[in-house]
Amino acid sequence: MSGDSTTTPGGATAPDGTGGALKEQPAKPAPKHEGEGTRVVREIMSGNAMISVLAVLVALVIGGLLIVFTDPRVLTAMGYFFNDPGATFSAMWAAVSEAYGALWRGATYDPGSRTWQGRLGIFETLTFATPLILSGLAVTLAFRVGLFNIGAKGQIILGATFAGVVGFMIQLPPGIHLIAVILAGAVGGALWGGIAGFLKAKTGAHEVIVTIMLNYIAVSLVLYLLKNQLRDPSSSNPISPRMHESAMFPLLLGPNYRVHAGLILAVLAVFVVSWLLNRSTLGFEYRAIGANPRAARTAGMNVSRGYITVMLISGALAGLAGVTQLSGTEKMLDADIAGSIGFDAITVALLGRSTPWGTFFAALLFGAFKAGGTSMAINADVSIDIVAVVQSLIVLFIAAPPLVRSMFRIKEVRREGVKA
Amino acid sequence: MKNLLLNTTKSVKRGAMVGTIVMSAAALVLTGCGEAPPAPGGSDGASANPAAADYLGCIVSDSGGFDDQSFNQSSYEGLTKATKDLGITMKEAQSSATSDFAPNLATMASAGCNLTFTIGFLLAEATKTAAADNPDLHYAIIDDNSIKADNVKPVVYDTAQAAFLAGYVAASVSKTGKVGTFGGINIPTVTIFMDGFADGVKYYNEKQGKDVQLIGWDKATQQGSFANTFEIIQEGTKITNNLISEGADVVMPVAGPLGKGAGDAILAANKDGKSVKLVWVDSDGFVTAPSYKDILLTSVVKTMGEAVETIVKEDLDGKFDPTPYIGTLDNGGVALAPFHNLDGDVSADTKTQLDEIKKGIIDGSIKVESAASPK
Repeated sequence: MSGDSTTTPGGATAPDGTGGALKEQPAKPAPKHEGEGTRVVREIMSGNAMISVLAVLVALVIGGLLIVFTDPRVLTAMGYFFNDPGATFSAMWAAVSEAYGALWRGATYDPGSRTWQGRLGIFETLTFATPLILSGLAVTLAFRVGLFNIGAKGQIILGATFAGVVGFMIQLPPGIHLIAVILAGAVGGALWGGIAGFLKAKTGAHEVIVTIMLNYIAVSLVLYLLKNQLRDPSSSNPISPRMHESAMFPLLLGPNYRVHAGLILAVLAVFVVSWLLNRSTLGFEYRAIGANPRAARTAGMNVSRGYITVMLISGALAGLAGVTQLSGTEKMLDADIAGSIGFDAITVALLGRSTPWGTFFAALLFGAFKAGGTSMAINADVSIDIVAVVQSLIVLFIAAPPLVRSMFRIKEVRREGVKA
Repeated sequence: MKNLLLNTTKSVKRGAMVGTIVMSAAALVLTGCGEAPPAPGGSDGASANPAAADYLGCIVSDSGGFDDQSFNQSSYEGLTKATKDLGITMKEAQSSATSDFAPNLATMASAGCNLTFTIGFLLAEATKTAAADNPDLHYAIIDDNSIKADNVKPVVYDTAQAAFLAGYVAASVSKTGKVGTFGGINIPTVTIFMDGFADGVKYYNEKQGKDVQLIGWDKATQQGSFANTFEIIQEGTKITNNLISEGADVVMPVAGPLGKGAGDAILAANKDGKSVKLVWVDSDGFVTAPSYKDILLTSVVKTMGEAVETIVKEDLDGKFDPTPYIGTLDNGGVALAPFHNLDGDVSADTKTQLDEIKKGIIDGSIKVESAASPK
């Protein structure tokens, strides 16, 4: 069956035969790049978890330096540094401990807060982590097949849009309604991811370019729909009506906290993806394709089908992230529903070493950054951009393992021979 | 061979990266020293009123941030001024996405903010929820009139009134007989400017028997030129170049930061011998965007800073009032900024007519209608 579907355009990807190789001539550079891309992915994944932890630590230290050197009290004290060096250091300590203290309290527990939600920030952390887990899994899964899915943003938007249509336009009995919303979201995301997978498999179009472009199309598309078909008739602004109550995830801990049943969905997804990658035949194929697509092809695996199905599943996971946003916290669809989740997902997957559970914990950390970052910005008056800087530094250090290794004199664990 | 090459590039890359880090660290330290004030003991604004020091005035931006040279910035400056003038304490939070609104507001509530300003209609839902959850705290929302609650004060502007004046003066200075406008996104807070501008041009044509055309906005169909972004400044340059090549010699960008793109396009066109002028919106561009001083005809101003400060003062005095504030030409909430450097380009006749039109709008004899006007 798969053979049938690949006869005409799939000549180029035919596993056997010299004819295929001849036809492949014009598209020659593409597989070469693909080899380079997978090499990078493999290199990033092969670093050990220690690198992840150290990357986070170093990023936090540099973030701390930024906090220190942008703090007005420190700058004032530095003006008379040579008269009273102690003042500078105590101002530095005050600045960084206030900022990171607020970050920590905001993400975990803050006894000084006036409201319940502020007191137990740990639940905010979980709330923020929910869409990050799902979209991080989306990126992780594609990584394992050697694909960079930069399109989580577009897939989240499409997932949320599909979920929204079911959630605020249709009335269904409770329970069934939420399930319909979840399925619609998965379909929406899968559709968007599937386009990239299909183009990659059938034409060799590079998934990075395609998914980035699909992000733009998704934003414009949802904005168009929000201005026309999906707009709340009672408002002239591009926002959808509210989701019906029956289409919302139930709150896990009552109205004082935002943490919702989407978290359970996300944890289930971690188990499913973990099983898929490590225990299923499909997962074995995925890993084989990720390790070396040409070898996988020679071994008789259908690489095109692998690309398409993985992007369908990856898109569906990102679509579910969109559902948790819409049915979990946002309640209404707008063009900004994906926020920065689509790109944070890439960082989360990198930090999680492209393993499902690694992604889970990385998403928790990023959720904590998000929950704590708000508190740090407001209560310690440190720009929330510091959090963005720390997150970006984490990516930098993970993408450059030799740097972290040389900083901490860690021996190279990679086997050079394999690569050559 | 190939391996050798690869290894070399690798080590070069590594060296470069370490170098960059060292350099940026050095730069950091240097700026740290350079910016250090010479004298110790900087005062954080003396409290005029000791009771006010416990009063928390807070502000949450939309995704534009407080440096958008637009309504976030004006409101922020208003609150900063209130902090200095009234001696209150201020807390601020910038939102980078819609999903930040609710957590930012929740954190403001948990910090105990007496009055929280939320900037933009996008925050309406989050503000409504936060206000319902915290009935003892006060809220004020800028550019949205959808919330009816005892602890929420909506602040809206009938910007079309001031834009009408801008349209009139733009038409009067146009040599090519064409003026242009474009928006960021086709939403009411943007199109209200364009509607007023269109009406002003139309009024000029009726009164003066001219036929000045407006490019970029059709009031009847509510369609026109939009960048579909408030972030990508180059889009503003692109659209402005199109408007100029279609013959417009006055351009009003209604797109927040994209106004800079428009200004740059005009500066470039004028270097090539054109004579195009810019109409700024939201704040007086002469102050907020001084690089365009010499092409700036005027600005359609929303005086948000004043409104913000007044609301803080009222709340501090225990006189919080949830009836909406509607900025008009009458109460000075919206205005046409002075012509500054281009004062000589506007004829004395036109200035007299503008004064009459302003009176006419205030007393209602001249109707300015926009689908987006606050009711």
